Amino acid sequence: MISILKKRSDIILLLVFAAVVASGPVLFQPIGAGYPDLLQKFAIFGIFAIGFNILFGLTGYLSFGHAAFLGVGSYTAVWTFKLLSMNPIPALILAVIAGGLFSLLIGWVSMRRSGIYFSILTLAFAQMSYNLAYSVLTPITNGETGLQLAQSDPRVLDVAFGRDYGAVLPTPDLFGINLSGYPGYYFCGALLIVCFYISIRIFRSPFGMMLRAVKSNQNRMNYTGLNTRPYALAAFVISGMFAGLAGGLLAVTDPLAGAERMQWTASGEIVLMTILGGSGTLLGPVIGAGVIKYFENIFSAFNENILLNMFSFFPEPLQHAAAWVAGLFVGEGWHLTLGALFMIIVIFLPGGLMEGAHKIINLFRRKTDSDGPQKSADSAPAPAE
Amino acid sequence: MDVFLPQILNGLDKGAAYALIALGLTLIFGTLGVVNFAHGALFMLGAFCAVTMKALLGLEKVTLDPTQTTAWGTPLEIRVPYIETWLGDFGLLLLEYSVPVSLILAIPVMLIIGVTMERGLIRHFYHRTHAEQILVTFGLAIVLQEIVKSFFGANPIPQPAPDIVSGSADIGMLLGLDPGTIVYPMWRMVYLTFSGVVIASVFAFLQFTTFGMVVRAGMADRETVGLLGIDIDKKFTIVFGLAAVVAGIAGVMYTPILSPDYHMGMDFLVLSFVVVVVGGMGSLGGAVAAGFLLGILQSFASMNEVKTILPGIDQIIIYLVAIIILLVRPRGLMGRKGVMES
Repeated sequence: MISILKKRSDIILLLVFAAVVASGPVLFQPIGAGYPDLLQKFAIFGIFAIGFNILFGLTGYLSFGHAAFLGVGSYTAVWTFKLLSMNPIPALILAVIAGGLFSLLIGWVSMRRSGIYFSILTLAFAQMSYNLAYSVLTPITNGETGLQLAQSDPRVLDVAFGRDYGAVLPTPDLFGINLSGYPGYYFCGALLIVCFYISIRIFRSPFGMMLRAVKSNQNRMNYTGLNTRPYALAAFVISGMFAGLAGGLLAVTDPLAGAERMQWTASGEIVLMTILGGSGTLLGPVIGAGVIKYFENIFSAFNENILLNMFSFFPEPLQHAAAWVAGLFVGEGWHLTLGALFMIIVIFLPGGLMEGAHKIINLFRRKTDSDGPQKSADSAPAPAE
Repeated sequence: MDVFLPQILNGLDKGAAYALIALGLTLIFGTLGVVNFAHGALFMLGAFCAVTMKALLGLEKVTLDPTQTTAWGTPLEIRVPYIETWLGDFGLLLLEYSVPVSLILAIPVMLIIGVTMERGLIRHFYHRTHAEQILVTFGLAIVLQEIVKSFFGANPIPQPAPDIVSGSADIGMLLGLDPGTIVYPMWRMVYLTFSGVVIASVFAFLQFTTFGMVVRAGMADRETVGLLGIDIDKKFTIVFGLAAVVAGIAGVMYTPILSPDYHMGMDFLVLSFVVVVVGGMGSLGGAVAAGFLLGILQSFASMNEVKTILPGIDQIIIYLVAIIILLVRPRGLMGRKGVMES
């Protein structure tokens, strides 16, 4: 009976999620985020965060190198555009495969250790990929300039199907629908819904339960004679494929791939998105990704004049002082806000926004059994001890 | 011989920086059991202590000389550092030796920063998971480096070494080789000697003082030392401060080799973590040995002869070695059983 209920609530969750994605342009209009560029970012980083959450939220393995898979996905997609076709479907399929293969390689080595060793290993691998992309692999990655499309690219499939782009630089299109602007957002949004569905299925599956068991006590799993590594590695590869897809989508919306996508700051950002929203929850990572990208967009746009206007109700000297202090955190100083946010969330709200929301809801309900459904799911395996 | 020796020497100075940072990291791992991702930022803060000191010493008094004019017809500005007017030639000497002089500023500043960090932040994370420790120190590292960026700008600020050691020495001559075979910048020799002294004094401090004995006992079994009535937390706070000082002065002295910028800490941090992992988590000797070893390997990998066979090997050699070591000897070169094996 409970399982049926759970299923029904999941369906409702998925439907609501899909409705929010579909009405995104209208829904986010009041907060000034209703334009396609930003919405695309919400969707793409939402996919990335959902994937990262399958690894970090479920198994507890903290990877600091996920940006590498994002970069690999982008490079693969751009190369597919150049060599095969401007249609995003082959590009995305190849990006997912490339992300998966690359994460299989890295995961196979890194998963031999857990805890901090794992974090450091993945960080080292990501830095290694970044260094290589910048230096030796320049013929493939085009180094600092970034990989770009050119009019003279072969595009074998397009030529075979008799598609000619004429004398202009082609842009990715889905069977004739140009994927910039709102069509691009709905393309990313549809994939986001699919990814969210996959994530729900994984969370509710025995496989997901196994991953949670790895998080709660890997030693005990090993003592019962079960090899946990294949499960954790599978989670790693799945999240690598999600990252590859997100990287591919970044290339679809803007066909340019640069090595800076693989830098450790990018890896750190995805970790922050996941924990900000709430790792181990279904919705949290998507919300986290949205919040970060939204504020990045808002904060980066500030400049001194706007700040001075904002604080114009202060007396003159105070106005400048306030603008200076605020100026540290916005515009160029966005990373400072990011770092401070990182610390505040980890210190005060390790469960992220989802935990905060649960706390507030429980405060109003004044429930005696204040544990949410998450907690009871965690404590369920205990009797098997 | 005359091919390998220069490479070894070149590797040593970078290795020395790795070793010093890794030493501090290992001290913190071993005592507090905390993974400090902000350690590279401490190295960077140390380097910026040198920048600050130079700027303070170089404050100039500007006077206008109406008798002379510049090419533009305006009165000539005569700039005299305050320190020269106050202290005369000794002031100029201080200005020239600003990098070593900054050590006087860096040691107390880094000690205060280290102790504040431990008391204010790290202390609350002893009982949280490693993932949370990594995340909070990672956030702190970003905050520190962005603050430095907002004060000092994003560009590297070159710091000159004192004139007397700013040239190069022909070491080959001393060893009876032909002149010009091994030319080595003198400041790097200073850095090597300096790091040797620091490493030796940290080891001596831990080995030969009562405080050091308590710390070593605490590394082995924290609980028992606590039960013996020793306030181990207080000792470990000082150890954290010590580690911060080691990272800081390593940064100060490294400024003439690499002009400090706000993200130098992160570049070194990743490599230093790799060094710690290769050396063996919790092993001080391992960290130092691995630091020098990887520095030298990196230097060999950047030889042109090697690069033509394996292009790009200089970029990834350290990571490759780390991966191989972790696969073959999971505990690192000198890691002990049971230390940080989660």
